[in-house]
Amino acid sequence: MSEKEWPLYEVFIRSRSGLSHRHAGSVHAADDQMALDHARDTYTRRMEGVSLWVVRSDLIVASDPADTAAFFEPAEDKIYRHPTFYEIPDGVENL
Amino acid sequence: MYTQGLDQKGKKVESPLAQESADQLDAFQKRVDAEDKIEAKDWMPEAYRRTLLRQISQHAHSEIIGMQPEGNWLTRAPTLKRKAILLAKVQDEAGHGLYLYSAAETLGVSRDQMVADLLSGKAKYSSIFNYPTLTWADIGAIGWLVDGAAIMNQIPLCRCSYGPYARAMVRICKEESFHQRQGFDIMLELSRGSDEQKAMAQDALNRWWWPSLMMFGPNDSESKHSAQSMAWKIKRFSNDELRQKFVDVTVPQAEFLGLRVPDEELSINEKTGHYDFGEINWQEFYEVLAGNGPCNRQRIEKRTQAQDDGAWVREAARAYADKHAGKAAAA
Amino acid sequence: MTGQDALLSYILRLGDNALVIGQRMIERVTGEPELEEELANANFALDYIGQARMFYAYAGELEGKGRGEDDFAYLRDGQEFRNFLMVEQPNGHFGDAIVRQVLFESFYLLQLEKLIDCADTRLAEIAARAVKEIRYHLRHASQWLIRLGDGTDESHERVNTSLGQFWRYAGEFFHGDDVDDLIAQEFDGPDLVSLARSWRASVESVLKQATLSIPDDTFDQTAFSKAGGRAGMHSEYFGFLIAEMQHLQRAFPGANW
Repeated sequence: MSEKEWPLYEVFIRSRSGLSHRHAGSVHAADDQMALDHARDTYTRRMEGVSLWVVRSDLIVASDPADTAAFFEPAEDKIYRHPTFYEIPDGVENL
Repeated sequence: MYTQGLDQKGKKVESPLAQESADQLDAFQKRVDAEDKIEAKDWMPEAYRRTLLRQISQHAHSEIIGMQPEGNWLTRAPTLKRKAILLAKVQDEAGHGLYLYSAAETLGVSRDQMVADLLSGKAKYSSIFNYPTLTWADIGAIGWLVDGAAIMNQIPLCRCSYGPYARAMVRICKEESFHQRQGFDIMLELSRGSDEQKAMAQDALNRWWWPSLMMFGPNDSESKHSAQSMAWKIKRFSNDELRQKFVDVTVPQAEFLGLRVPDEELSINEKTGHYDFGEINWQEFYEVLAGNGPCNRQRIEKRTQAQDDGAWVREAARAYADKHAGKAAAA
Repeated sequence: MTGQDALLSYILRLGDNALVIGQRMIERVTGEPELEEELANANFALDYIGQARMFYAYAGELEGKGRGEDDFAYLRDGQEFRNFLMVEQPNGHFGDAIVRQVLFESFYLLQLEKLIDCADTRLAEIAARAVKEIRYHLRHASQWLIRLGDGTDESHERVNTSLGQFWRYAGEFFHGDDVDDLIAQEFDGPDLVSLARSWRASVESVLKQATLSIPDDTFDQTAFSKAGGRAGMHSEYFGFLIAEMQHLQRAFPGANW
C-alpha cells in the first residue's frame, strides 16, 4: 500500500481551568480542523469546557533524555538564568 | 490477555544485540526494578522494544477486530437502552484501539504499517474474536466473560514499565468498568426470563466458556518468553495465575445466574481453596491461532473491505489538505 | 385534529427520524474509512438514539396509553413510522452517507433552533439538548463534504453523484401537512416556507465551498414517490430495516431484556 498516511498529531488537554494542558496521546488526521475533531472525539468524548491543543508531531522539538543533566543542572557560567543578571532601568516599579 | 503470547510457539528467546553492552542492559534492568517508567526516547534493549511493540499492537488489533462480533448485534439489540449501551461499548473499543495504536507508534512504527501487518496475517489479535456471535445472549457472555478476562490483565498493565502503554491502560481501565457489568446484566435478565431465554443464556455460556479460558494463553510451561516479559515488567502475572483467578471469580457468578459451566471436571479443591478445572483443548487453540477458527477469514475480510472502501476518502482528505495548506501559508 | 393530537404526531415524527437515521449510522460501524471516524460516527449514532428515546418517552406520556420508548420502536408496524424517506435510504459509500447527513441535518438543525422557542416546554427542552449535538454533527459532516467535493477528481465525482441521488428526497422536508400547520399556529413551531429558504442558503454555502452545484431538480411536489414519509408510505428499504431492528421483540413477545 503506497498510500500516503494522514499525519500524526499530539493531543494536549486541559480538563478544567486552573490546570495546565497535559499530553493525552495522539491521533491521525488529514488537517488541523480534523485533528481537533478527532482529538475531541477520542480523548474527551466531547466533554464540554475542555481545552484542546493539537500539534503535528513532526513540529514538536524535544530534548534528548541523554542531555538531561546538561539542561537542568545550573552551570556557573549560565548566569542569565538568574534574575540578578538583568539591570532594571530607573523608574521601573515592581520588578 | 489480548496479549496472550500469540506468536511465541517455536521461537527462541532473543539475545541482546551485539552493540548492547552488559552495563547498558544492567542499568536498564535496575530502572525497571526500581519501578522507574521507561519513556519513548529512553534507551531500551531492542528485544524490549520489539516485544512491547508486538504486545501493544496485538492489543490494539484485538480491540478493533473485537468491534465486529459485538457490532453484529447493534442493529438487532432488543431494546433502545441495550442498543445505546452496546453502541457505547463498541465505540469505547474503537477508542481503546486508538489509544493503543498511539502508544505503539511511540516505539517507531506507523499505524499504517501495523494495520497492513494485521490485514496480511502477519500480526495477530486475540483468538476469542474468531468466534461467532449467534444470539443476543452471546453479547451478554462476551461482556461478562471476555471483558472479565481482559480486566484481569489490564489492571496490572496499568503499572507496566513502559510509560505510554501504562498511561493508555489507565485510560482504558477507567472506561472498562461498565463493560463487564453490562454483559453480566444481560445474562442476569436472561436468567430471570422465559425458559427460552434461560436456554439462550446457557447455550452462550456453553460456547464461550472454553474460548475465554484460552484467552489467557498457553500454560506457563509452554510460555518461554514469559520470564523475560515479567522481568521487564511488561507482563505482571503469569498465564496460569490469571486463568486460575478468572475461574475462581467467575464460577460463583455462573452459579448466581443459575447456569452450568460446561466443564465436567470443575470442582472446588478444599485444600487449595481454588477451583480445579479440566484441560483446555489446545489443538483448538492453536488451530484458531493459525487462522482456522470459525470467523478468522471473515474478520480480516471485513476489516480489509473497510480499509479498501475508505482509500478514496483518505486520499481526498489528503488532497484537500495539501491544496489548502498552501493557501493558509500564503494568508 | 386538536393541537394535542398534532403535537403527538409531530413528536413521533421527530422520534422516528432520529431512530431511523441512528439505525443507518449504526450500520456503518466497523466500515468507516478511518478509526477516528468510527468514533465520530458512533458518537453521532448515540446522540440520535438518545434523541429518539427522549421523543418517544414524551410521546408515550402525551398519548397516555402506557406505551414506552420500546413500544414505539419495536412494536409498531412499518406504516406507523412517519420518518422522512431521506433518512431511511441505505447508506451507500461514505460520500453518500455524508451527503445525506448534510442535507438532513441542515434541515433538522433549523427545525430544532425554532423548536427551542416553541410553546411546548418539554419539546423546547428536548430541542435545546439536541441542537448542540446536531450543530456539532453538521459541522463535522459539512467539513467532510467540502473535503470530498474539493479533494480528488474521484471524490468530487462520487459526491456529485450522491448529491444527485439524495437531492430529490429533500423536498419532502418542506411539504408540510395539517400537523405542521397546527404546530406552527398553536405552538409557534417552524414555518416551513421560510425554513426552506434558510435551508437552501445554508446548503448552497457548503456546496459552494465543496465546489459542487445544486442539482437542477426543483422538488416536484406531485411526484409522490419522493415523499410520503409523513403518511407512512415508505420506500422498499424500510421493511428490511424494521424487520432487522424489531426481530427479537417480535420473536419473543413480552420478554424482558
